[in-house]
Amino acid sequence: MKAQISGRAYVLGDSVDTDQIIPAAHLVYSMTEPDERRMYGRYALSAVPDAEAGLPRGGIPFVRDGEYASDYRIVVAGNNFGCGSSREHAPFALQVAGVEAVIASSYARIFYRNAVDGGFVVPFECARRLADVVETGDHLDIDVAAGTVHVRRLDETFLLHPLGEVAAILEAGNVFEYARQSGMIG
Amino acid sequence: MTLTETILAAHAGRDRVSPGDNIWIDVDTLMTHDVCGPPTIEIFKREFGEDARVWDPDRLVILPDHYIFTDDPHAQRNIEHLRAFAAEHSLAHYYDVGTSRYKGVCHVALAEEGFNLPGTTLFGTDSHTCTSGAFGLFSTGVGNTDAAFIMGTGKIWVRVPETMRFVFEGALPPWLMAKDLILTVIGDVGLDGGTYRALEFDGEAVFDLSMEERMTLTNMAIEAGGKNGIIAADEKTEAFVRARTDRAYTMVAPRADARFVYEKVYDVSQMEPVVAKPHRPDNRAKVSEVEGTPLDRAYIGSCTGGKFEDFVAAARILEGNRVQVDTYVVPASTEVSRRLREEGLHEEGLRGEGLSGGKTLWQIFLDAGCKMGHASCGACLGGPVDTFGRTHGTEVVISTTNRNFPGRMGSKQSAVYLASPLTVAASALAGVITDPREVLV
Ligand code: SF4
Repeated sequence: MKAQISGRAYVLGDSVDTDQIIPAAHLVYSMTEPDERRMYGRYALSAVPDAEAGLPRGGIPFVRDGEYASDYRIVVAGNNFGCGSSREHAPFALQVAGVEAVIASSYARIFYRNAVDGGFVVPFECARRLADVVETGDHLDIDVAAGTVHVRRLDETFLLHPLGEVAAILEAGNVFEYARQSGMIG
Repeated sequence: MTLTETILAAHAGRDRVSPGDNIWIDVDTLMTHDVCGPPTIEIFKREFGEDARVWDPDRLVILPDHYIFTDDPHAQRNIEHLRAFAAEHSLAHYYDVGTSRYKGVCHVALAEEGFNLPGTTLFGTDSHTCTSGAFGLFSTGVGNTDAAFIMGTGKIWVRVPETMRFVFEGALPPWLMAKDLILTVIGDVGLDGGTYRALEFDGEAVFDLSMEERMTLTNMAIEAGGKNGIIAADEKTEAFVRARTDRAYTMVAPRADARFVYEKVYDVSQMEPVVAKPHRPDNRAKVSEVEGTPLDRAYIGSCTGGKFEDFVAAARILEGNRVQVDTYVVPASTEVSRRLREEGLHEEGLRGEGLSGGKTLWQIFLDAGCKMGHASCGACLGGPVDTFGRTHGTEVVISTTNRNFPGRMGSKQSAVYLASPLTVAASALAGVITDPREVLV
């Protein structure tokens, strides 16, 4: 896990489900073949309704037409982010698109677990509802050790919830590395 | 301890566990399918080696079901990938497409094939794996990484969930189904009301339900964010399981000292048919509040609403009538499909024995003007563009499935209402959302 995660934010509302994060029609691509893998970046967040895509104004595509990566490094969302299906393709698609961290008010359980165990994106929670404060395009600086996020436009710093027990898995890289380091598997 | 805690403690080799504990547990059964199986296998090989062996091939069940009847070459490649892996590991529980072993939707097939064993732990690479909890076991959905970890070790870490208890008292009126009960619960607690929690269903009305109807309750625990849904096993559960397998299991009784984080009692005799309006499963309304909403399409299928009794319920309403909108009928499994072709309606309605007027259920649907599909997930999750019943435009659909998020059935411009098979059938006949009480005699 990086000590510092900086970049522009893409803001979403509540209960953005896995069908919006990566629509089912695209789940057929290989997650390892480079030519196909990048399709997950192209279609990441492609089913978010236009009015909610890139709040507060909406109508901002997460990935520009014909591109495979996003201009945004950090997704900011309301509550219950990643609800719906268990598809690991969801945090994976965000990672392929270039996202390093998500800051949500809360997460659906399987998405959170997948993000951590697969080591795709760091799922932060913030007590303050950042989705109401941050605007799409704002530049954020996350200080992982301090557990804070700084919003440059507002020159304000917000506290993130401690990552707690999952920090060790994120630090190790994924659940396999974590299990190896703790002697669970060879 | 609650039922869920008791099962988890036993699988962690502990006397007690408490909500919030992070524990490593033994996995009894792992299920995967065609969408998440191939990437799971890739991770398994990456982490444990090209020649690694599955921890226990007899506990791995692979049920292709999602993208089956499509010409999409990538989807077909996924099946080939599963086939090769099953051969390499001599998997006894691989149900290959295009053979007589093919089953259809994984959660329904797990029940039919006797893999839902009371007191056990079952993990699957599908969020609706919580369905199996109807048989008194701990079951939940995981991602590919966790599934690959189980594949190699037979173990997984879990955080012990708190339990919410939903008690249904009274006698279920004939116009209500388990779908109405669970949509009511989801409407009450919200999409994240059950996050990190077990949802336990209890009460006489629950134990009066058939196993298929109980599965509808646990199936949608995930739509409230639940980690698992669970119903204590009883004689009905045992009879169902014993008719299908001689595998060993240990029944787990709920304990008197169980503590619940939330409890709610419903009197089912006072409940009404409900729908979930677009675009959220917790966007509940009484059918009477949305009656008359014009529809373009009806869809009866999926692990939620494509079981045999779901079609019996729909056929009771459709028999002798014609649908007014395109109505897609997609059996969840090949066993359901076979029974639809062999069995008809009994006078008493919800029992599919004997033929009324010599008509099979299949014929009743055909005569009503329905479009009949092959056993699979179908358009429940949209899927490849050539999927039977998938939306492509601004269709307004009423469906027996479990999710109506934007784009779930294909097009993000379409709008999906979720409802019981009775409500969907009544609405298909009228072409507008209709209360089943208006057509049930
Ligand atoms: S029928 Fe629908 S909900 Fe059930 S497993 Fe298939 S896609 Fe998932």
